Parts: sequence; C-alpha cells; structure tokens
Amino acid sequence: MRSCQWLARLMFCGLAVLAVTRADLGAQLQDHQYSSTDIGTGLRLYSAQCALCHGPNGDLVAGVNLRRGQFRRPLSDDDLRRVIATGVPGTPMPAFKLQSSELDGLVAFIRAGFDLGGTAIKVGDAARGKPLFEGKGACGTCHRVNAMGPRVAPDLSDIGVTRSPAQLYRTVTDPNGSMLPINRPVRAVTRDGRTIRGRRLNEDTYTVQIIDEQERLVSLAKADLREYELGKTSPMPSVSKTFTSDEIAHLLAYLLSLRGL
Amino acid sequence: MKSKSIAPCVCLALAVVASAGLHAQVSNERILRAADEPHNWLTYNGGYASQRYSLLDKITPSNVVNLESKWVLQNEVFGAWQSNPIVVDGIMYITQRPNDVMAVDAVTGRVFWQFRHTPSPDARVCCGANNRGVAILGDTLYMGTLDARLIALDARSGRPLWNIAVADVKLAYSITMAPLVIKDKVVVGVGGGEFGIRGFVAAYNAKTGKEAWRFYTIPGPGEPGHDTWNGTDWEHGGAPVWITGSYDPELNLTYWGVGNPGPDWNADQRPGDNLYSDSVIALDADTGTLKWHFQFTPNDGYDYDSVQVPVLADMNWQGKPAKLMLWANRNGFFYVLDRVTGKFLSGTPYVKVNWASGLDANGRPIQTPQPEGSPTWPGNQGGTNWYPPAYSPRTGLFYFAAWDNYGSIYRKEESQYKPGQLFLGGGFTVVAPVAGAPTVGIGRRSPINNWTNEVGNGVVMAIDPQTGQAKWKFPQFDVSDSGMLTTASDLLFTGGREGYFHALDARTGQLLWKAALGGQIVMAPVTFEVDGKQYVSVISGHTLVTFGLR
Repeated sequence: MRSCQWLARLMFCGLAVLAVTRADLGAQLQDHQYSSTDIGTGLRLYSAQCALCHGPNGDLVAGVNLRRGQFRRPLSDDDLRRVIATGVPGTPMPAFKLQSSELDGLVAFIRAGFDLGGTAIKVGDAARGKPLFEGKGACGTCHRVNAMGPRVAPDLSDIGVTRSPAQLYRTVTDPNGSMLPINRPVRAVTRDGRTIRGRRLNEDTYTVQIIDEQERLVSLAKADLREYELGKTSPMPSVSKTFTSDEIAHLLAYLLSLRGL
Repeated sequence: MKSKSIAPCVCLALAVVASAGLHAQVSNERILRAADEPHNWLTYNGGYASQRYSLLDKITPSNVVNLESKWVLQNEVFGAWQSNPIVVDGIMYITQRPNDVMAVDAVTGRVFWQFRHTPSPDARVCCGANNRGVAILGDTLYMGTLDARLIALDARSGRPLWNIAVADVKLAYSITMAPLVIKDKVVVGVGGGEFGIRGFVAAYNAKTGKEAWRFYTIPGPGEPGHDTWNGTDWEHGGAPVWITGSYDPELNLTYWGVGNPGPDWNADQRPGDNLYSDSVIALDADTGTLKWHFQFTPNDGYDYDSVQVPVLADMNWQGKPAKLMLWANRNGFFYVLDRVTGKFLSGTPYVKVNWASGLDANGRPIQTPQPEGSPTWPGNQGGTNWYPPAYSPRTGLFYFAAWDNYGSIYRKEESQYKPGQLFLGGGFTVVAPVAGAPTVGIGRRSPINNWTNEVGNGVVMAIDPQTGQAKWKFPQFDVSDSGMLTTASDLLFTGGREGYFHALDARTGQLLWKAALGGQIVMAPVTFEVDGKQYVSVISGHTLVTFGLR
C-alpha cells in the first residue's frame, strides 16, 4: 500500500515537473527567465554545497521545500540571493561566498524546481507586486483574495501554494492558452429559455455545477438544458503588453506570497 | 417414549446437515455447468468462459426502473474496493483490503464470519493494496494475498486450512487476483511487474496446497522464446499475471493474460520481443505446458499490460462455427483469436492509436514510435485495462469500458534492477490542454472533476466481433474502471468513477435506469437469485450495494 502511494506520488510529481518542463514558453519569455546555463551552474553548486543539509530533493530542512519553492516566508529572487550570501543568524544556515553569477545559478536551479530542463522564472518583490495587483492590473475586479473581492473568477487566496512561478507567468501573459479546463466559462440555456452564465466548478455525465454571474452556486441537469457551451476564451486580459518585465516579476512574487489563511 | 422423541430429532438433524452439505459443496461439475445454475455466481467471471453473462431475466428493460437498494455492506478499510463477490446458494463471499474475507447472507447483507490475514510488512504493490476476490471448490475458499501467499479457508467457519508461500515477498511478488479452480487444482498468477519480478502462473493441489505445476511467463535458458531477451534481462523482466484467466474444458486449455515487461517504459534497455510479456498464453490445465501464445505488443515501452480477461465465445466466423477468444487490449486494438490454435483472425483499433500504424497479417503491430516529447495514443492506462468485459450470446456484442481521447508523453531512462525495488525505466505525463493542468491517474482522487474530459473520457463500448466496429457507444464525462454484467433479458449493468450505476439496453446502449451511489465503481457488478428473487450487487466507493425489484 505504501509503495502504491509512493508510486502515485512519484508519477504526480513527474507530471507536475514535466508539465512545466514542456511548457512552450518560447522566445516570449525573453528576460523573464534564467538561462539553462544558470540552472546547470546551480545544480553543480547545489550538489556540492547545499544538498548536505537540504537533501537531494531540497526538503530536509523543516518548513522549507526548495524544489517546490516553499519557504518559511515569501522570498523574492533578491531575498534568496541575500539569504545564501549572508546566511540566517541563529540557524545552521551559513553564509556562502559566491560570485553573482553563482548566486543567479542557485536561484535559477531552485526556481526551475531542480529540473535541468525546467523553466526558471524571475520572481520580484511581493510588496511591490500587491499594488500592481490592486491598481494597474485591476485583478481584484474579478478575483478574490482572503475574503476580499468578487467570486466571479477563481479565488487566489492560496494560489502561491498550488501554482509554480512558470505556471503563473504563463497565466498572466497568456490567459486563453493557460486557462485550466475546469475554469471554463459556461453558457447554458434551459428548456424554458432561461440563460445562465457562470464559471464551471464541477461536471459529470449528467450534471454541471457552476457559480453564476450573481455568485450563486447552481447545479444544472444536462437533460434540462437546451444549449450548453463552454468558452475557450478567458475573460482575463493579458499583462504582457501592459506590464514591464519587472512589474510582471513583482506581480508573480505577490501571487506566490498568497498561501492561504 | 424416549426413543420416539429422540428419533425425529436425529433424523431432522441429519437432514439439515445433509441439506447444508449438499448446498455448500461446489463440485467441479457444478463449476463446469455454472450456466445451469444462474442463481449463483460461482467464479470471478461467472463461469469458465468469462462472459459475465447471466441467464437470469427477472429484471428486464421494462421493470429495471423498479430496482431499489435492499441492503448495503460498508467496507471497514480505506482505499478503492476492487473486489468481486462470488455467490453460492444464498451466501456471498467477498474480500476487502488488504486480505479479509467475509461470508455474507446474500439476502440481508449480514455477516456470518470474517477472516483476516495481515500481509507481511515486506509486501509491495505498485497500484493499490487490492484483492479481487476468492475462488471456491467443495467447501473450501481460496485467496491469494498481497504477500504472495495462497490461503485455503473453510467456507463455513472462515478458519484457514492451509497457507503456503507462492513466491518471495521480499522480491515484491504479490497476488491481487481471484484464483481460478480447475478440476482438483487452484491456479493463480503473481503481480510485481513494476518491481522486476519474473512472472508465472502456478497450480496447486486444492486439498494440500502442494504445487502441481508452474509456468514462467519469461522462458528460461534453453526454452523456446528465451532468445527474445538479451543477457540476464529475463531474470527480472516482469511479465506478471494479475487478472484471473479462463478455461475451455473441451480443449482442456486455460488462458491467461500476461502483463508488461520491465522496466516498464524503457524498451531500449531490454531489446527483443520479450516473450511472453503482453501476450495471452494457452496452457494445458493438467500440466501447465504451453500450447500456444499470441503476443499483442512486442517489446512494449508503454505499459500495455495484456491482463484483460480472456473472453471465450463460440460463434460463426466467416460462415463456420468457431471457438473464438475476444480481447479488447490495453494497446487500443480489439482482437479476435482462434482459441484452439491461437491464430490471429482480426484486429481493429477502437480508440485513437498512433504507437502502431496497424497490424500485419499475423496480428503483429507495425510499430510507429513517436518522437521524444510527442503524445502516444492510447496513454499509459490504455484504451482499456483490467476491468472485466462481458459478452452476450444473445446480442453477439462484446462490452467493455474504454478510455477515449487519452494520451501520454513517455520518457525513458536507464534503470538498474535492485531486488524488491521499483524498476520503471522512466515515466510519463498525461496529455493535457494546459501545462500543469490536473490529469487522470489510477483511481479517482477527488469529488471534483477538475481534470475534465479534456484529458480523457470513458465510453462503454459495444463491439460487434464480426466487424470489430462499435455498434453503439455510451459516453461518460470521466473515465471509467468499471467492469460489465449482461443478462439474458438484454440488460447491461456498469458503473464508473463518477459513482453512477447504469442499466443500459444491451442492444442499443440506451440508458434505462441509473442510481447515484456516490463512490467510484471500480469492479464489475454481479447478479444472483435467492428464493426466486433476482439481485444485482455492485461496489461503489466503500459500499457494496445490493439491488432488487420493489
């Protein structure tokens, strides 16, 4: 039984990591990401200097999972560099004397999820990302965070736990191509002519559950519907043309800092 | 006076014993003629032909809407309940994780006794601590265990009669299947295809547990087929047998589906056809001697286990009566074989297939490996899998659960065999519309389907063996691991991961009735009759529900 769970976990991890690996982010990433050379540098350094305490999977220090990008508090790339360079007083984490390019390499390796073929997205400052989320991005117009905001779009209160930097980057820059299938907008027309619009929450062979535009939980029997359509276009605008590279990095940092209550 | 009063009591007592004895003894003759007593469900697949077709017809397309729950039995342990009950004269014998056996009143669901075997902590299985049921002969039940033991139990008391080691648990051998009794022997196969075992099927004396024969599914040095392996690969090449086989008494052949070679996903590491992995083998039931084999997927790199149930059907083929074997394989092709000789008769893809461009005249696939990073169809769990299919001699249709629109991207890596350890040779991802989106896996993990039908959906398929084409399809939103049950009243019962239990018209696929049971249905329903009333039992989640007419 234990081995079963182990295998399932292995496959699940494989899925998550590979999904990012194969994300076709392509040239559009430009200066949003670290290079594969950086990641390779990070691997060599990590194996030689970090793995002894943090372990091969980066999960041997309590409250920290480097491979999954989980820290005791949200850390920007600069924060990570600082922690590595200066150590953490009062803990076994020492200061490492490294070149700037070596620090970049370690950050890249961590951001890539320990995957040499992975995508390491730059993460900025969460404190500077929050006003971008609330202001320029107007994300709060549709999204809800920690009980504030509407429920029309998915609640982002713990988005930093469930998504990697690369996934979040793809979502904010290509909302249509990265919309999770379950979140597709629904348009249904009942047999008596009533039109219902909302966001899909769950579906099976006979029914579909949505949250409608009035934020009501509605369960529909497909047999009662005259029309049932799933939208492929996300209502969310892309930030790729409105945000600078640094602004995107800060926005990602803020999203990654959202870890639930 | 005294003697007068005692005599009737003695007679009555004897009559009760004799009656109970007659009812409890399941002779070979009774198993051979299982179709003659459709009120019982005597073997895993309902009879040696494994058709899961019952002659019971009191529940019909017109009254099936009157089905109601008569009783439920709750599972006491966590995890998918993948067991198949047998029913003998009003008593149901059912297993639950990891290796419990219960005798249950088939009318009320009340339990007579429970036997519990605690597997060794060394037991290792890839995909769930499953047990799929027991076999019966005479007054004795037989169960294989997760720690690769075979246990005989007194069917009336649940007390063990013998308990033997079938294989070494420390090498990750296991048994999850229900055994098959043939004559005076209990036949069983072993799991462990993800751990580098050397698979086999073995027969044991039903009275003593002494091994009668053993057939290794990977030929040893000097045996035919050994040259399909390179070097020492044969010693740990997998080829497990974890689903119950079938038996043709006229030919005295027993048929078994063989699983994947190991390591699973790196076929380059084990060059050759890797016989008899991904094959069906036909063995002499008395000696275990191989009479013929047919390999579906040579040098498999996709985990296309051929552990489907061999379904035996007699019908006309090209105008002449024929003894056929029907097989919807995990590799996406539906096959018809001559079960006397093993000759390939036809093979047709039933889902999208791109790992092969087709089959040659002998049924050998023309393999078309996809470039690294590109999708392969069907995906790792296959077009179908171990889920028991059904065949109705009345409709002439073969019914099974297919996964449609489901593909995988495989990756290979070199694996080193270490005894008892996972031996996988890479991994795979499920093709999804969005990188990082949730996907389907082994068993349902949530009441919310956030992977959706965009990564695969279930289809109940009714294939006409004569053409290899689907006569009808019944699509489901989520994929399905449910087996099938069909009846002489042309009903088809099946379920799925969504927890719906469906009754379909076996001729048209029309939905006639459904019950929302809530938990995933990952085994086939069975039907039986007690006191003239027909029942249908199905396991959903942690609950076995028995339905009958109002």
